[in-house]
Amino acid sequence: MSYTLEGRTGTWEIVVGLEVHAQVISHSKLFSGASASYGGEPNTHVSLVDAGFPGMLPVLNHECVAQAIRTGLGLRARINLESRFDRKNYFYADLPTGYQISQFTHPIVGEGTVEIELSDGTVRHIGITRLHMEQDAGKSMHDQDPTRSFIDLNRAGVALMEIVSEPDIRSPEEAGAYLRKLRQILRYLGTCDGNMEEGSMRADVNVSVRKAGEPFRTRCEIKNVNSIRYVMHAIEVEATRQIEVWEDGGEVDQETRLFDPSRNETRSLRSKEDAHDYRYFPDPDLLPLVVEQAWVDELERELPELPDDKRDRFIRQYGIPRYDASVLVAEQAIADYYEEVAKGRDARLAANWVTGDLFGALNRTGRSIQDTPISAQALGGMLDLMADGTINGKIAKEVFEDMLETGDSAADIVERKGLKQVTDTGAIDAAVADVLARNADKVEEYRGGKDRLFGFFVGQVMKAMAGKANPAIVNEALKKVL
Amino acid sequence: MSLTELTIADAAAGLRARKFSAVELVRAHTDAITALNPRLNAYITPTADAALQAASHADEALAKNEARPLTGIPLGIKDLFCTHGVRTTAASNILKNFVPPYESTVTANLLRDGAVFVGKTNLDEFAMGSANITSAFGPVENPWKRNGDAETKLVPGGSSGGSAAAVAAGLAMGATGTDTGGSIRQPAAYCGIVGLKPTYGRCSRFGTIAYASSLDQAGPMARSVRDCAIMLQSMAGFDPRDSTSVNCDVPDYSAAVGRSLKGLKVGIPAEYRAEGLSAEIEAAWQQGIEWLKAAGCEIVDVSLPHTKYGLATYYIVAPAECSSNLARYDGLRFGERVPGDTLDAMYEATRRAGFGPEVRRRIMMGTYVLSAGYYDAYYLKAQKVRSLIRRDFTESFQKVDVLLTPTAPTPAFAQGEKTDDPVQMYLNDIFTVPASMAGMPAMSVPVGLGATGLPLGLQLIGRPFDEETLLAAGSALENAAGFTHRPAIRAEGAK
Repeated sequence: MSYTLEGRTGTWEIVVGLEVHAQVISHSKLFSGASASYGGEPNTHVSLVDAGFPGMLPVLNHECVAQAIRTGLGLRARINLESRFDRKNYFYADLPTGYQISQFTHPIVGEGTVEIELSDGTVRHIGITRLHMEQDAGKSMHDQDPTRSFIDLNRAGVALMEIVSEPDIRSPEEAGAYLRKLRQILRYLGTCDGNMEEGSMRADVNVSVRKAGEPFRTRCEIKNVNSIRYVMHAIEVEATRQIEVWEDGGEVDQETRLFDPSRNETRSLRSKEDAHDYRYFPDPDLLPLVVEQAWVDELERELPELPDDKRDRFIRQYGIPRYDASVLVAEQAIADYYEEVAKGRDARLAANWVTGDLFGALNRTGRSIQDTPISAQALGGMLDLMADGTINGKIAKEVFEDMLETGDSAADIVERKGLKQVTDTGAIDAAVADVLARNADKVEEYRGGKDRLFGFFVGQVMKAMAGKANPAIVNEALKKVL
Repeated sequence: MSLTELTIADAAAGLRARKFSAVELVRAHTDAITALNPRLNAYITPTADAALQAASHADEALAKNEARPLTGIPLGIKDLFCTHGVRTTAASNILKNFVPPYESTVTANLLRDGAVFVGKTNLDEFAMGSANITSAFGPVENPWKRNGDAETKLVPGGSSGGSAAAVAAGLAMGATGTDTGGSIRQPAAYCGIVGLKPTYGRCSRFGTIAYASSLDQAGPMARSVRDCAIMLQSMAGFDPRDSTSVNCDVPDYSAAVGRSLKGLKVGIPAEYRAEGLSAEIEAAWQQGIEWLKAAGCEIVDVSLPHTKYGLATYYIVAPAECSSNLARYDGLRFGERVPGDTLDAMYEATRRAGFGPEVRRRIMMGTYVLSAGYYDAYYLKAQKVRSLIRRDFTESFQKVDVLLTPTAPTPAFAQGEKTDDPVQMYLNDIFTVPASMAGMPAMSVPVGLGATGLPLGLQLIGRPFDEETLLAAGSALENAAGFTHRPAIRAEGAK
């Protein structure tokens, strides 16, 4: 079950902890009124506070605090009613004040846990060490001019949540599952859009290796990995590198490394000796952040149903398998869609249609649930036609394809194409008689004990009736005659 | 009486009585600046044209009976307050051409109340200094002279030395100062004027260039206690743009001036009888005690046992904060830039050329005390001592209403003295630093002249947000002292 890597000297286990930087969804930045929205011409979302002008002071944005608390609650974590902002001092061109305001010693959120599910069905709990708020830096652009660098401060001061996990992750798959789960929770909460391509979610990956039963060995930190796939690759590549170093009799140095996906390798960025001395100290421009328990309670009451709770409810309420439930709660919009389809109908049948035909169609056409051509009401309408016997399952597939193409309702399509199911026993009896007459040899075989041929007769009758016959009546009629 | 010798209170009355116009009042001051600033160097940037224009607007307001409390009153503004469209240098080369596109809250409040700014006053670079000799725009000369010595140039104190010299010499009726460890009170004492450092959080720090954020506080400097009350009334108040400003009502400060002191308990802290306290200041202190006793106060001996750690603690906390606050002066977005081949080379060249030796010294000290391995021994320990200093005051204020101490251990000294050893210079702030560390309001009031004919100041320290008691006790000292001495160099008769 557990993931290991084989080296020359034996079997190695990997130890991974993740630090995820998640950009907070908010109108304005953490300490200024400038817009926090993505995009925009360079340096158009910048206030004098963000640009670090003389005499400018930070003022905490309370919506960002609420977002951090919501996230902490979503991670089932302890909310610290008193937290503090520190300055992390370093010089860089895209850091206007020369320090980043961050919560170093007293974060707003303490220990929590995230439940992940692996492909073999194993469920694991990954510990959360802490979540703290901090400012993002601006962006340096070194590729615009041969001799000069340009700075875009639009992102400078945007609120980030840094979510630090315990070193509980033991495989690339677990790392991937953890990140997907975290992103799912953030999206449910509406606190981060989780869009890794736009950089609104980034991960620093701490990796070490060890032989079974050993204490932790030295770790390396791989900075700023910006996709789940890269995180998984980087872990494997870095663990393999470390095993080689150890097995060659060397020592792994504690250092910061970069993952290069094009060469599938990690490279040293700076060693521990070159590490910055950030000279953290409490920011004297800001008071300690004190939040009332009553406010935390209010935020908790307003929290949406979280994915794990929703999955468990789906299993309970709709009687669907755990796997289907997990798939259906992957996104809030899918879960909502499903619930609308399932409402007052056969919930298992609804789950099959959503996870099977609908997902297949969306995949095929490159669409998401948000721009599905078949609304939940429309799919429900089709299920209703099946339930009242207007169409059977086979015809339903045809109707579904037509709905996908034309956007018409199921009822209109059935009407237009004359697909209404035939329940007239006279017509069915005639078709049965005809099929049996033309296949006298098979009838003999069937009566001789070849039971499997029953399905053949059903198929022939349905074919003769262009698929529109009610399968139950056909079965009954065949049984009677045979 | 010359217009440059009036108090703000009298000038405001004179304007309303049409005894003189705002333009006349302001022109008297801008003329005095033209005449004396080349010598005193109290202003970095005089703004005569804008001041005269503002004065004529003030006259229009007066004519329509729409005068505000400070309408037409010429004030000097320490060049640490950002002023919209007016160069703001912090007396540093790195900001020598910086023109802010915004107004500090304190100056905006003064403008709202009608004040006319006659210029930006000189200071120690980034408010770091006690003699106004670290300014990139040259030292300020104290308008006072020692008896029989017209030659020796004395320092005005610092860092608000330009403001103190301007007010003393009649180049402004009042001026803004900022006080981090004594930068309002010590120059006020050296120049024979009144200077008030309000409670930390009373005046907004928004738009004031930061030295040490947890200590910096703006306050008024003027020639009378009442004038300080009038200015503070406008300067004070909650500002949502400064998270450390305190949201509590601003009382009627002028009403406290002249209030009876009957039954007021005045504490005399034993620890302020420190080594190096000059005999003349010791005597002035004793005199102050007698005056307050005569005014109905009860004198109580108190102890502030951690006073002796104040200066050492200050010189850890303030440089630590300044090392971080001044990181933004990197030549990238505003201010001066010296090019370099790499980003680091540009930083180094820019900051080497931009900062003077005292600023560099404090940045280095601050960087050191915050660095890994030293943080606990210095910064953290200093924060603990700071809370003990605060506790000393809090405990004292359970027994007394106000404390009386000297403002500085000596009167003004000569330019060039105390410059060999920075610690000698730092010792000037020994009596002012503890109240800053504790965030308590404090005020210096001139009470007489010393043996060499230089002004001596006494310091009153009050409870948090009880500036009123300072003003009441200060006005009692002022009345008893009858301090009417004027410096040798002054506007009156200068033309």
